[in-house]
Amino acid sequence: MTEEKIISVNNLTKSFGNFTAVDSISFNVNKGEIFGFLGANGAGKTTAMKMLIGISKPTSGEASVAGHDIKINTELVKKSIGYMSQKFSLYDDLTVRENITFFGGIYGLTRNEIKTKTALLVEKLNLHEMANQLVGSLPLGWKQKLSFSVALLHEPKIVFLDEPTGGVDPITRRQFWEMIYAEAHKGTTIFVTTHYMDEAEYCDRVSIMVDGKIEALDSPKNLKKLYNVTSMNEVFLKLARNIE
Amino acid sequence: MKRFIGFVTKEFYHILRDKRSMFILFGMPIIQIMLFGFAITNEINNVNIAILDLSKDNETHKIIDKINASPHFKIEQEISSENQIEAVFKKGKVKSVLIFENEFAKKLQTQKLAKVQVITDATDPNIANTITNYVNAILQNHVQEINKKNTPLYQIQTQTQLFYNPELKSVFTFVPGVMTIILMLVSAMMTSISITREKELGTMEVLLVSPINAFQVIVGKVFPYVFLSIINATVIVLLGYFVFGMPIMGNVFLLAAESVLFIITALSLGILISTIANSQQTAMMLSLMGLMLPVILLSGFIFPISSMPLPLQIISNIIPAKWFIIIIKAIMLKGATFDLIWKETLILFGMTSFFIALSIKKYKIRLE
Repeated sequence: MTEEKIISVNNLTKSFGNFTAVDSISFNVNKGEIFGFLGANGAGKTTAMKMLIGISKPTSGEASVAGHDIKINTELVKKSIGYMSQKFSLYDDLTVRENITFFGGIYGLTRNEIKTKTALLVEKLNLHEMANQLVGSLPLGWKQKLSFSVALLHEPKIVFLDEPTGGVDPITRRQFWEMIYAEAHKGTTIFVTTHYMDEAEYCDRVSIMVDGKIEALDSPKNLKKLYNVTSMNEVFLKLARNIE
Repeated sequence: MKRFIGFVTKEFYHILRDKRSMFILFGMPIIQIMLFGFAITNEINNVNIAILDLSKDNETHKIIDKINASPHFKIEQEISSENQIEAVFKKGKVKSVLIFENEFAKKLQTQKLAKVQVITDATDPNIANTITNYVNAILQNHVQEINKKNTPLYQIQTQTQLFYNPELKSVFTFVPGVMTIILMLVSAMMTSISITREKELGTMEVLLVSPINAFQVIVGKVFPYVFLSIINATVIVLLGYFVFGMPIMGNVFLLAAESVLFIITALSLGILISTIANSQQTAMMLSLMGLMLPVILLSGFIFPISSMPLPLQIISNIIPAKWFIIIIKAIMLKGATFDLIWKETLILFGMTSFFIALSIKKYKIRLE
């Protein structure tokens, strides 16, 4: 398989004083895949992701995102990625429409583009009645879908999702993953961190970080075979135990 | 530029939709100015006084009528001997006793000099001081009137001269003070809160991941407050001018320029606070304790700096509000031109540059 590499990471390290949060990790992400970035809390996955999205500078090592070096061309990296954090990151005191306009605006979309995008989004998410409501009044599930769509507004090549399904009910999570699949199908690369192991099963490939290092990286199917278990949850537990 | 306009529009939505912000922005200045102007004032009205008229002639009657006509005083009682003074004060109602010496009119005619003794209850020294000054003013006024008709000039001994605020109007010191407080509150507290709010909600992260850079974020957040602070300053000056008759002796444009400088000083302090604080609460506490209290206590707004102990006098120098109060008082009350206040302006300018440099440095460290 000769896949196009859209993220390549080489010995990326980040330390804070004596503490090494991310310890020389290397991996590649292929174009159009759903890449699960797993790890327990404090394993370093958020720190690693922050370096990839350009809001934290690596201590050493290299990485390129969408063909741009994260140390040199941070601005170009930022233009080619979308980002959604676990806090949903929309403004509660702005309406759906105003949020779309604002985020479209800071990504440099023209007024016409914003107009068409808004119409499309409202149609797609079936938000007709809610378009002029404050985002704060929407149910969590809607906010999450909207937040994801806003992250995709400028048609980024890669979208980074930082624990996007925290605190959401299983049905909404399911629907959310359907949106992710649909987007990946269009060729957008999805880089997602999660600690729901059932969600890991939905990914094309997953990496598991333990104590700042990547301990496993493969498709969920191969990982389960390798550790001779039936679910990703068991893979994760086995890995974590081995380290201890 | 379009990005910037979009950002500023968003900021205005935040402000206009938040009732608390709106209240602080527009309710506070008006309430404060009204409170200071009408309720919490050093000005005295309807003070009860007692008269001991040992002369009971034409001249003393005229003076007593004048005092009675003044809105500041109410003649509560007339007493007949000095022995009663103590008792009158002890009852507490009467704050001051005026004693006209005997043969008042005659002495004024023959010796050209008559005496009025003003005895004042000084348990509240500020009020006592004010009463004495008011009485003096009325007496002087009377003397001027009779001197118009008579060539040999009569005299009454009072020699107090009051500069700039001859009627001792407290509003003249409160308008600059309130303006300073409001600008500090709006500019520093509101910006620091609005920046930390983005941090708290996680939207700051999203903004930093986007192509918009940190500098644009900060300028975009600060800009609406510059605009609103200018409106606020204007409202306060207009209220002072039309409601309380606060004069504006100096150049209005100089006043505006100095106000904008102070607004920028306060904004840079707000940004500095937001680089330290991680939550809205911390930002608010820091602004209140670190900025508001010194502004109220040490800027010379309420307590005169010259009567503070030396260490506090020295500390008061690092408070930007002190310099701004000096500047606007000079412009509004004394009609000062730039060459009289350039030193204070330079100090304020220096402080602002320092705060801005410091916040840029702090901000960069955060991003590392």
